[in-house]
Amino acid sequence: MTNISRAIFLWMLLVQCLAFSWAALGAATALNYEQRSLSYAIRQEPPDMNTTTSSDGMSGMIIDHVFEGLLSYDPQGKLIGGVAKRWQLRNDGATFWLREDARWSDGSVVTAHDFVFAWRKVLEPKTASTYGFIMFPVLNARAISEGEMASTALGVKALDDHTLEVSFHQPCPYFLGLTAFRTLFPIKESFYHSRDGRYGADAEELLYNGAFSMTEWVHGASIKMEKNHHYWARQRIWLNRIDIPYITEDTNARLNLYRDNKISLADELVAETLDGALQERMQVKTFLDGAIFYLEFNHRNERITRNKNFRKAVQAIFNTDDLVYKVLGNPGTYPTYTLFPRWVRGIDGIFTREFPPKRPELNQTKAMAYLEAAKQELNLKEIPPIALLIDDRPSTQKTAEYLQTLMQQKLGLTIRIDKQIFKQRLAKTKAGQFDIVITGWAADYNDLLSYGDLFQFANLNNRGRYNSARYDELVSVAQKSLDVNERMHTFAEMQDLIYEDVVIVPLYERGKIYVQHPRLKGVIRRAIGGDPNFNYVTIEPEAVK
Amino acid sequence: MINYILKRLASGLVTIWFIATATFVAMHMVPGDPLSADKAMNAEVRKNLEIRYGLDKPVLHQYGIFLRNMAQGDFGISYTQKNRRVNDIIREHFPISAVLGVMALLIATAGGIVWGALTAIYRDRWPDVVIMFFVVVAVSVPSFVFAMIGQLGILKLNEWTGVSLLPVAGWGTLSHMLVPALVLGLSTMAYLTRLMRSSMLEVTSADYIRTARAKGVPPLRIFYKHQLRNAILPVITVLGPSIAAITTGGFVVELVFAIPGLGRYFVQAVQQLDYTVIMGTTVFYGAFLVLMVLLVDILYGFIDPRIRLGKVGA
Repeated sequence: MTNISRAIFLWMLLVQCLAFSWAALGAATALNYEQRSLSYAIRQEPPDMNTTTSSDGMSGMIIDHVFEGLLSYDPQGKLIGGVAKRWQLRNDGATFWLREDARWSDGSVVTAHDFVFAWRKVLEPKTASTYGFIMFPVLNARAISEGEMASTALGVKALDDHTLEVSFHQPCPYFLGLTAFRTLFPIKESFYHSRDGRYGADAEELLYNGAFSMTEWVHGASIKMEKNHHYWARQRIWLNRIDIPYITEDTNARLNLYRDNKISLADELVAETLDGALQERMQVKTFLDGAIFYLEFNHRNERITRNKNFRKAVQAIFNTDDLVYKVLGNPGTYPTYTLFPRWVRGIDGIFTREFPPKRPELNQTKAMAYLEAAKQELNLKEIPPIALLIDDRPSTQKTAEYLQTLMQQKLGLTIRIDKQIFKQRLAKTKAGQFDIVITGWAADYNDLLSYGDLFQFANLNNRGRYNSARYDELVSVAQKSLDVNERMHTFAEMQDLIYEDVVIVPLYERGKIYVQHPRLKGVIRRAIGGDPNFNYVTIEPEAVK
Repeated sequence: MINYILKRLASGLVTIWFIATATFVAMHMVPGDPLSADKAMNAEVRKNLEIRYGLDKPVLHQYGIFLRNMAQGDFGISYTQKNRRVNDIIREHFPISAVLGVMALLIATAGGIVWGALTAIYRDRWPDVVIMFFVVVAVSVPSFVFAMIGQLGILKLNEWTGVSLLPVAGWGTLSHMLVPALVLGLSTMAYLTRLMRSSMLEVTSADYIRTARAKGVPPLRIFYKHQLRNAILPVITVLGPSIAAITTGGFVVELVFAIPGLGRYFVQAVQQLDYTVIMGTTVFYGAFLVLMVLLVDILYGFIDPRIRLGKVGA
């Protein structure tokens, strides 16, 4: 007995000693001023680093560090030159003059041909890029994506190595913003073909033209990005290295890593982690991530929710303030009355300030009257139970339970909550198997149209199948007009129409909560494009005591 | 012996086929598919994606292709991890789960045998009561609670000592494995402790022990030579399934400690309806379990000479 247990004990002791000595060797810290490096933890492995098909946020975050488009964003979110040093936007197209010193990470020149190759690749049906639609303003793009034309017919030409000529199918007022989006980033053709179908699968299967290069990618475990010494604006980049040694979806684990000074920014705190952070007097920061959440009604014919008076009844009792401040209680999340976020620009300033959305008058008596009218129009004695489709995110569940109680108490309606995991929720939304669905939308590009075209009848994302000729007309004006004034007034009219027709009931504008090392400066948080972005980061030296 | 192993291997193959088929059917009955995303795609894009993944064919045809590929050991390409083969995912991430699992099992068996023997020796006295109390706790508290407590413990330890004694999360060195392995092995350790305890008690009252005592064999020698060796047999029996359970059940521990093991892919694939990864990991784990059980049965013959498989079975 003693022999065994002693042996085991000694073995355990040995393991402990070994472990301690190793731990001291492998310790990375949140920030290193001397080495100009920082450490960060991500939620999940970036699923798709190929810019032609990539569509998720995680890959987008990495891509925006290691690639650069024709244009890019400065720390204030303003469009500035990227690979292009000069550009001209016209009604019928655009011309980009590329800088001569833009380089790939192997030292070769980034040319106009690299853009032509990548853009054609995006639209080739075989690529099956879900973001191909974003290029539809370019001449023949749609026909190519539908297999009716060869990709060489695309309206983009390299006049020489440093001049790119784009022709439009229709005027595209927001095209410059698109060029800062990953789908329109360049790919070097010879490199792509040399990868034998493995392009983007590993760190060495990519060629970079951004501020950083991915130098290490251990799948599911860690990523390392180091300063790209061929990047033309390398003088602007202070940071030498971004370490991502942790990949976990557990926000608690990420906060613990932050507490242990292992990472410099802990993202997406949720209710329980937030409480802990606040108790420890951490400086909690928030930003709007661009997602708007709303109740989408099913406007299909067989549904009760097709009745406008029914929808008006719901609108007349729902209080966004109550939901945000009393039910959800997440700092950084804001009440909203419109589909358009509070940070998008209008004519001169912020759109929602220039065109304030209408606020519904909360009135139960009126709501009951709407409901009575609805019953008469629908020829119903009682409204049958309403199916409220939701996914299994905690915030959605809280919202659903609040709505269930609210509609029960104020309107006497029975709400059946249909809770599904995310994928199934999507499948049911697409199939129209709901009366009301709690859903959200985040923009693909920095323009109100990315929100506004959502309820155009032809839009496949219009899951409730709202159908209004006037709305469709407004969308087509906003798509084509180059006159800012006219466009913004068009968006304002859309905003009013959504309110009057109760296409949706806006719920809230989502904010994300995070903690950041006090000595880390210049992190860019944004709703459009990869987030967070460390390109312009600096680290303050440790204060001398 | 050879006959026996061949027979067991054949029945193992049937089991794996059954697991694969049941998973395939269940997977396709769930609403939605791996291609559904929050942003809509136009019909042309969808059609091309379906062609790429073979979803354009009838389900029965897909099943046939799947079986054929499985027979060749090829599970295809992941839907969510673009450009990554399921085989690569298993090859890269299973060893990590396995190392963690083996560590956990070492801790669990060592602990289970030692604590179990102790409780039997000190039956109904305070060491027994104390150990059994912790056994009940370890069995009934879910592993994510222990994982969080373990992580918090490391954090407080580091704060208290002012140095990074143990890493809070991550993977790479032995120090990264220590606490996760302990957490992962805890419930198995508790289970083995109970098993060891009852089997020790049974052995203690056996005739050959009394004989040994009567012969005047020193108590320590009785314990080591007779009691422990005989009592350990049931523990070996559950070891096979335990290995499988531990290496597959590490999802929560892998999540909390940011360990790049296979468990994460196993669970996330189901949430994301990643057909190929679901099939690949399920079949792989199924085969692993079958193999472990078989190994233990063979091992039996070596430990207990009374069990000679071939002669009885054939």
